[in-house]
Amino acid sequence: MMNIVVLAKLVPDLVEELTIDASGAALDLTFARWIINELFDDHAIEQGILLKERSGGTVTVIAPDLEGADDVLFTAAAKGADRLIKVRSDFSAANNHAVARAFSAIIKGFQPDLILTGVQAHNDLDGSAGPLLAESLGLPYVGYVSGVALADGKFMVKKEYPGGLIAEMEVTLPAVFGIQAAEQPPRYVAVSKVRQAMKTSSIEEMDASDLDLSGAPEIERMFQPEAAAHAEMLEGTPEEVSAKLVALFKELGVL
Amino acid sequence: MSQDIYVVIEHLRGQVADISYTMLAAARELSRATSGKVIAVLLGHNAKNLARDFAADQVLYLDHASLAEFTSDAYQKALAELISKDQPRAVLFGNTSIGADVASVLSMRLGLPLVNSCRSFTSEAKFISQICGGKIMAEGELPSPTALVTMVPGGYQPDQGKSVESPPVTESAVPALEALRVTLSKYIEPESADVDISKEPLLIAVGRGIQNKDNIELADALAQAIGGVVCASRPVIDQGWLPTSRLVGKSGKHVKPKIYFAMGISGAPEHVEAITQSDTIIAVNTDPRAPIFNVAKYGVEMDIFELVETLTETVKQAK
Amino acid sequence: MPIRETFWNIPHWAEIAQYVLALLTALVFIYGVGHRVLRWRKGLPEKRSGHFWARIWSLVTQVLAQRRTLDEAYPGLMHFTIFWGMLVLAIGTALATVDWDVTNLFFGFQFLTGWVYILFELTLDVLGLLVVVGLGMAIYRRYVTRPARLQKFPTLENVSYAARDDAYVLLMLAFITLSGYLTEGLRIAVTQPDWAAWSPVGSAISAAFLALGDPANQTLHLIVWAIHILSAFVILASLPFTKLFHIFSTPLNIYFRSLEPAGALQAPRSEGGVKEWKQFTWKQLLDFEACTRCGRCQDVCPAYASGHEFSPRDVMIKLEMHLWEKPNGRALHGDVVSAAELWSCTTCRACSQVCPAFIDHVGSFVDMRRYLVVEGTVDNQLQKALANLGRYGNSFGQSERMRAKWTQGLQPAIKDARKEPVEYLWFVGDYASYNQTLIDVTRKTAQVFQRAGLNFGILYDAERNSGNDVRRVGEEGLYEMLAEKNLQALSRCKYETIVTTDPHTYNTLKNEYAWNGNRPRILHYTELLDELISSGQLKFSKKLDARVTYHDPCYLGRYNGVYDAPRRILHAAGCELVEVPRHGDRAFCCGAGGGRIWMEEKPGRERPSEMRVREAVALDGVTTFVVACPKDVTMFRDAVKTTGSESRIQVKDLIELVYEAM
Ligand SMILES: Cc1cc2nc3c(=O)[nH]c(=O)nc-3n(C[C@H](O)[C@H](O)[C@H](O)COP(=O)(O)OP(=O)(O)OC[C@H]3O[C@@H](n4cnc5c(N)ncnc54)[C@H](O)[C@@H]3O)c2cc1C
Ligand code: SF4
Ligand code: SF4
Repeated sequence: MMNIVVLAKLVPDLVEELTIDASGAALDLTFARWIINELFDDHAIEQGILLKERSGGTVTVIAPDLEGADDVLFTAAAKGADRLIKVRSDFSAANNHAVARAFSAIIKGFQPDLILTGVQAHNDLDGSAGPLLAESLGLPYVGYVSGVALADGKFMVKKEYPGGLIAEMEVTLPAVFGIQAAEQPPRYVAVSKVRQAMKTSSIEEMDASDLDLSGAPEIERMFQPEAAAHAEMLEGTPEEVSAKLVALFKELGVL
Repeated sequence: MSQDIYVVIEHLRGQVADISYTMLAAARELSRATSGKVIAVLLGHNAKNLARDFAADQVLYLDHASLAEFTSDAYQKALAELISKDQPRAVLFGNTSIGADVASVLSMRLGLPLVNSCRSFTSEAKFISQICGGKIMAEGELPSPTALVTMVPGGYQPDQGKSVESPPVTESAVPALEALRVTLSKYIEPESADVDISKEPLLIAVGRGIQNKDNIELADALAQAIGGVVCASRPVIDQGWLPTSRLVGKSGKHVKPKIYFAMGISGAPEHVEAITQSDTIIAVNTDPRAPIFNVAKYGVEMDIFELVETLTETVKQAK
Repeated sequence: MPIRETFWNIPHWAEIAQYVLALLTALVFIYGVGHRVLRWRKGLPEKRSGHFWARIWSLVTQVLAQRRTLDEAYPGLMHFTIFWGMLVLAIGTALATVDWDVTNLFFGFQFLTGWVYILFELTLDVLGLLVVVGLGMAIYRRYVTRPARLQKFPTLENVSYAARDDAYVLLMLAFITLSGYLTEGLRIAVTQPDWAAWSPVGSAISAAFLALGDPANQTLHLIVWAIHILSAFVILASLPFTKLFHIFSTPLNIYFRSLEPAGALQAPRSEGGVKEWKQFTWKQLLDFEACTRCGRCQDVCPAYASGHEFSPRDVMIKLEMHLWEKPNGRALHGDVVSAAELWSCTTCRACSQVCPAFIDHVGSFVDMRRYLVVEGTVDNQLQKALANLGRYGNSFGQSERMRAKWTQGLQPAIKDARKEPVEYLWFVGDYASYNQTLIDVTRKTAQVFQRAGLNFGILYDAERNSGNDVRRVGEEGLYEMLAEKNLQALSRCKYETIVTTDPHTYNTLKNEYAWNGNRPRILHYTELLDELISSGQLKFSKKLDARVTYHDPCYLGRYNGVYDAPRRILHAAGCELVEVPRHGDRAFCCGAGGGRIWMEEKPGRERPSEMRVREAVALDGVTTFVVACPKDVTMFRDAVKTTGSESRIQVKDLIELVYEAM
């Protein structure tokens, strides 16, 4: 029976146009839509549930109290998470160091065997939450994980390297893992199941200690990368463009 | 307390990763601003010979049986000791499967500030990080006293971090690496003995814009006509439309073809970092603002499906 | 005087034995029917009463007159003859029995006498011949011409029970009819009544036996009679267990068919969709049992035609077979019907349109899809689309704030219906709003409305996908969410009429949204333009002079019966319309419906849209393929490319032609 905790981070949705606020040193998040870090944290939840389905245990999903957190938590419940926790504090301006410290204080109380989180997020400016959390808890960390398994009393993880090489590592639990991809892509949860979860499960709210923001760099300025080095555009009809491309291929010596 | 810039060399199974050279190049730039030295930090076991072509003033070599292969726990312990002892101005890590497992942990452990996803440094020793999928850059003063930095590729060419002369290598003490909580059990090779796209001179790359599996044939036909190989961005691989061996990017292969012909690829940094060493990048995309056009030498703003068959025909005729 | 001596030449014991057998047969029959009825009752409830006379009228037109069956000449005629022949023979037999064993036995009088009897003999004799002809046609068709739709039935452990059943029924019917004639012939050969000529077939047969002489013929008669009677009982007793049961189930199914608009899908009756057959309603179970395996649905099914491992006929057959299986046998999902099959359907309703048994295929498929959705058995692309619809209200995964981006630069600016009252509220729809290649058409639509002087507005970013196809995918919860949001936004606006670009949107707004009795007038833009043209508000300045063909969108035509408005517009714009062979209620689906547009395309033989384009290209001199649905524009433009027909035909939305002609 494994006690699995998943830290689900929320990130501003990149589908929305990003703007920089008046200070010029931070994103303007007034209208941000906070969604689960789909690329990774969604996989972390899935991995937690898969592990529970396979080896038994409980899955606690814990998320910062941002708009959208309820959605994330109830969706996790609909997938099979047992306990939902929302941590209250002003997270919209927090950094990962602060999040890690605040969450470690709470997670410590759960005495988890396993803590899963997404390997990274697009707004990590001061490192990723997983390893920061691991160190705050004094636990080992392995990131870029794409599979976890309990075999013969040993806990094994698959760590991905570029090019598809995988290292199988043995880790003493409790430990924190940064999930790169769950063994299966996150499942679909029907809206009716989420609605059901809203009725049958509840979100526990916990207060974070004061946020300690130290450890992050100070940002002086944010900007959108100028497209100075823009490609030379080839114009024309498909036929014309094809002719230009072929000429180019010849010039570059590949034809 | 020194002004030196440490670079944690990444290597895997006897191969130094490109990011190490990129970091050496970055460190060189940074060291000019801080007037310190560039010091490559190599951890391994009987791996001193890897230090051949580092463009560094010095190599610190930490040798230990537990450092033979990368594991987070051992690396963290060894580096924690070294950094607290030497207190360099900055330590550069790759924002990779290796570096990211270590840098954040050390930041917490040693109470040192961490800059993530740094792409380049300015001449005033400021860092520029890229976030939000490359859509936003963040700039700031390199934090003190010792800045831990994870670097993404793109700002420097790996070649700039190579030198013909071997730098002097100094062995450095390694703390006792005991009671390690993470150990390597084995490597699992990626499937297939497919073509090695990192060695191909002409790549036809397809992204999500290719829409479905059937359309891969269109790219295949073009590749065949022109004598190239098809590769792809991650969404295409994730769908199982092409084998993992054809993945270009952060989690796939880094490529350096003569021509990289990208169709329907937006140009996310995780993809772009792996193609910047191509001689010529040509991009086809319906979105004139797609970031891929910022790295491509030539661009075509057009629907793949309007172009590709005509192009294939034209190529065939030109042969 | 001509009179019927029913048990002529039949010893008394045989007569008694016959009644004993009849009793046994009746018991088996009752058991069989009872089994079926009890099984229906295991299904969930569903209300299908009301409209009594309309239902009776369906029976008259569809059962007695066999209207739909007769839509196809050969099989129609074939079935018509067998049906009426058998019906009359059965009534005749019943009359004869009453005549002999009721009125004669108890009251000492017979009504089959004199000219009545002669007429009776003549009718039976001739109608028997009809049956023989019909059966001959059936046997010839099934075993000689062998059309695809009567082949390759689903099997269970490699046994094609369906094919066996079909063979059994044909064989038995033929046997009974022929042995009946033989009995009659032998009787006539022996008795040689004066009125023998009134049984032309019987007399003809009797001629062949005359030579045999009397005792022989008499014995032969007894034997043939016995066989005839026995086989009749066998067929009656087996009736509830064979295809023949359709003589009850099909009329019942026709009687109980839904008289609601076709576009109003039922909400799930079992939470989480249909997981096992008992979660179907009794009417759905009746559907499966009413299927006659005629295969008409398969012939018109676009999913089948494009090489999916799927045919609506097969699903019906498999579901019916499943009903007979022992419990704890195979699972409905996976063993009986696969997810791939269920996802193949485009919900085009072509099948139900031709089904002579009036089966509602789509309703059952969607109920099963609902289970797949709850289980999360959806393909990656569909999952992404649904996730996007949940988060952004559109399948494109774009911000809702970008929904009205297409309006940028339009002068005058389009009214925001949330801010000012409008006469027409234009529900633009996802594809028309977000798909880059359609924006041009959408802008033209706006300009046409403007030039026609309409007072109209749109919902801007408050609009959501209408949910029509979300619902048909089986994601009812998401559908409800989208519908609620749209209704909420609409409730805050002042307008008189809703006009939609998309037929799918049109369908769900019109037939499914919970307007609570306050449904506004809802028009598809073709209906609106048609109105404007006939009222003179919209005038064309030139005649287009083009030869065009028109594709009826499923959700406009078959689902909502809008066939004429677009045609009138084309006419008014000066286009010459050449119909594709499959048009009107027989139009062939583009393949995008029912959420298929969001799913992965498995390599099939040929996409429905491509077949459709070939159909259009084959028309003489037609250069424009006109559609009235944004999804059709994308589907067919793509198909024109993939079939290499660019030089032959171009795809245009009706609105583009209107724009040109204005
Ligand atoms: C840790 C990590 C590792 C990653 N590793 C990798 C990696 O190794 N490799 C990788 O590729 N990605 C990787 N990614 C994912 C990366 O962030 C992007 O999501 C991905 O590269 C996007 O792929 P894409 O450009 O094909 O798709 P999109 O970003 O969706 O772009 C599709 C593009 O196609 C264009 N388009 C659409 N239709 C057409 C058409 N008909 N004709 C022409 N153009 C069209 C669109 O305008 C768009 O620009 C990684 C991400 C992370 C966080
Ligand atoms: S479902 Fe209808 S059309 Fe299809 S085979 Fe059965 S009876 Fe015929
Ligand atoms: S609705 Fe259309 S696609 Fe679905 S089964 Fe019927 S004919 Fe086939």
